Amino acid sequence: MTFSPKLEEKFAKMLQAYPEGRKRSAVVPMLIYAQDEVGAVTPELIDEVARRCEVPPLQVDEVVGYYSMLHRKPMGKYHVQVCTNISCLLVGGMELYEHASKKLGIGHKQVTSDGQFSLEEVECMGACSWAPAVEINYDFYHHITPEKLDQLIDGLRKAH
Amino acid sequence: MAELVNLTINGQAIQAEKGALLIEVARQNGMEIPAFCYYEGLTLQAACRMCLVEVEKTPKLQVGCTLPVADGMVVHTESETVRAARKGTLEFLLTNHPLDCPVCDKGGECELQDMVFRYGAGESRFTERKVHVDEQQWSPVVFFDAPRCILCYRCVRVCNEGMGVGALGVSNRGVISEIVPNHHDYLECDECGACIDICPVGALTSGSYRYQTRPWEMNHVGTICTHCGDGCRTTLGVRDDHIIRGNNRDHSGINGEFLCVKGRYAFDFVEHAERLQSPMVRNPHGEFEPTSWSKAFTAIAEAFTAAHARGGKFGVIGSNHTTNEENYFLQKFAREGFGTKNIDHHRTGDLATFFDALSGRNDALATAGDLYTAKAVLVVGADLAQQHPFLSYQARANVRHHNAHIYAVTTGPVREDNQAVASIRVPAGGELDGVESLRDKLKAEGDLVIVFGDSIQGDGVRKLVAFGDSLGIPVKYVCLVDYSNSRGAFDMGLIPRDGGMSVQQMLAAKDLDVLWVVGANPLKNAALASSNAFVIVQDLFMTETAKHAHIVLPAASAYEKNGTVTNVCGEVQKLKQAVKVMGTKTDLEIMGSIAKEMKLNLGIWLPDKVFAEIRKNVHGYDVPLPVVDTGGAAPTMPLNGRVAALPGVVQSAGDTLFTSGSMSRYSKILNAVIESPGALYGGKGR
Ligand code: SF4
Ligand code: SF4
Ligand code: SF4
Ligand code: FES
Ligand code: FES
Repeated sequence: MTFSPKLEEKFAKMLQAYPEGRKRSAVVPMLIYAQDEVGAVTPELIDEVARRCEVPPLQVDEVVGYYSMLHRKPMGKYHVQVCTNISCLLVGGMELYEHASKKLGIGHKQVTSDGQFSLEEVECMGACSWAPAVEINYDFYHHITPEKLDQLIDGLRKAH
Repeated sequence: MAELVNLTINGQAIQAEKGALLIEVARQNGMEIPAFCYYEGLTLQAACRMCLVEVEKTPKLQVGCTLPVADGMVVHTESETVRAARKGTLEFLLTNHPLDCPVCDKGGECELQDMVFRYGAGESRFTERKVHVDEQQWSPVVFFDAPRCILCYRCVRVCNEGMGVGALGVSNRGVISEIVPNHHDYLECDECGACIDICPVGALTSGSYRYQTRPWEMNHVGTICTHCGDGCRTTLGVRDDHIIRGNNRDHSGINGEFLCVKGRYAFDFVEHAERLQSPMVRNPHGEFEPTSWSKAFTAIAEAFTAAHARGGKFGVIGSNHTTNEENYFLQKFAREGFGTKNIDHHRTGDLATFFDALSGRNDALATAGDLYTAKAVLVVGADLAQQHPFLSYQARANVRHHNAHIYAVTTGPVREDNQAVASIRVPAGGELDGVESLRDKLKAEGDLVIVFGDSIQGDGVRKLVAFGDSLGIPVKYVCLVDYSNSRGAFDMGLIPRDGGMSVQQMLAAKDLDVLWVVGANPLKNAALASSNAFVIVQDLFMTETAKHAHIVLPAASAYEKNGTVTNVCGEVQKLKQAVKVMGTKTDLEIMGSIAKEMKLNLGIWLPDKVFAEIRKNVHGYDVPLPVVDTGGAAPTMPLNGRVAALPGVVQSAGDTLFTSGSMSRYSKILNAVIESPGALYGGKGR
């Protein structure tokens, strides 16, 4: 499996960054960047990362199972992540999540039929000071209300 | 000596090495800190919280399994707080644990059961529904019952570190974490069962043992594995004269908890339907028919006596599975009873040249223990993990625990490559050149054990020993031989010394009058030239050789007899009879009865009596009885001056992890695993 020249260059540099014999340290970053390009952590990707980092595929698989930001199936173009952990929960995180679920018609880790949106209920993202917080792909949105969330989603729909 | 610190545990003043783990220090001083995830010899995990202890001046309870002792530490391991914490941990571990004790294989030997009993954590405040996952079969050997798992990761670590296989992992996290096999729903691994054995609960269960019995309903018989030459101790669990489990229950012997798939599971050949259970004699039509022992003995004695009286030519082929006592008795029978020197066995390593090259020295033989303590280990011309699983395990543990250096010189990839500081690939026959290229590196080692296979023989052995001597560091050797008592067969004298005929010569001799084969299968891939030879075979099964016999006698296997065997490193250990298979006799009893019938006086044929004779007559076998009698391994020193070269072929059978000559053919479990029959050098062959 090969990646885009840009990503290949990034990986080449990445493997240099760790001490001799510690290629396994690159498993997590490699997976996350490759996931963005490939769209999901496919079995082939697991084998490829295992090969490059010189660990058994099973160990890469363990990492994929452990980290919720790694997905085995493709998520939507816009991956909406709503925090329901304690700070957000206290100021309406759960209602926000339920609202999003109703609006998009999908549940946790599901994708809309047109492939545009996916939803995930996530744990604390470190944005507690601006709770309730939502993350769409890699962008954070703070002090979100159901209305603001509607606007956000509608805006993205239109942009598309 | 390492720096010492003073600390107090439960009011007792204790001195310990600085940096030692509290859990170990407590144990050494007779105080148990309960633990699930901590396992001596494996990496630290600190996952279960069972080992919490109170350390004064530290606000929270501490994890005893990862806490290094320090000067002035005051520790309480049984205070009210600690006991309450343990009870809490157990309550937590039981959140999803099913109430399976009444049917669980582990019941009675379960660490969780013991702890819950001790801390009285039988009641739970959790009212949530337990997470249930159905039981999975990962291989014919390994089953997994996820709800019972307490996520201590012992299995993952023993497979990865101990076995060097790494077939188990953990998927997901939190309450839905689960142990997973390397192929999602099935395993491809060594099938050693170490993961099952080390599991503190009944989450991993064994294909052959699950739901068969309760542990307290078995007799536990400690004996020696009868497959390869490494001589692992195994405890056979016996109920109603059936072996239902193999595991080294008390971790005694040279192998501690180690066993490979053969030692742990391949005892099933004992009950194979094709076991011979009656003497068979050829009727006038040339077909086998059952006969009685007494008729068989009379017929054999008559034929032997007649052949001897007319000065006939005898050929005797012994076994590398039978006991030292049997081998000794057989060669005595041949030499004294028949007056023949034609006695041999399938030789799988060139011990003759090896002992000759080391003649007069008594410090050059490595024990299995030396592979764990040597600073460096050099493996020449052998796929150790396949052919000698326990020696391979020892070397691996040596790297993990002592940073030993491993070197491998082989014709193809081997597991040792993963840890080796240098792996050299050579063409067959190029092993010594490969070794030579390591000279400078080896010279810099503190000491060395050289382990070599059958590709090094004759002059090669002398050259290798000369190479070792020239390094200027202490060097010890292991000459690899295949089967459970190959070494004993050689030491007892099943060899054509003083001008006797080798196996090959006997088979090729057109004028051979008698061929007596005890527990060997020389006609598997060879023909018998003499058409008039009277052939007697003692074996467990109707082998290719047995099919050529005039009379076949059903023999008992190693698990059905007492006696001693000598492992590949020359360590003598005791067999203990576990079961009796109806209709069979031990080879010793068979030979003794024939001798009696022939009116020969070869001494009493009781294992202990013959062993006493061996201790007197076989050089180096004057081993301390208390060691052997209590299940220990006594090293032998058979080096005694020059050994003359022997005629015949020396060749390893090239058995893998999943084969062991004809015995493995009759083990269902060895044939059932997907890895079987396996291959040496990653499939590259030899
Ligand atoms: S049976 Fe042995 S090799 Fe297979 S998973 Fe268990 S520990 Fe690993
Ligand atoms: S299966 Fe057994 S050994 Fe493995 S993690 Fe679970 S409880 Fe521990
Ligand atoms: S390593 Fe050899 S002696 Fe040990 S259990 Fe396996 S086959 Fe038996
Ligand atoms: S709890 Fe939602 S961001 Fe921290
Ligand atoms: S034994 Fe210490 S945390 Fe498991």
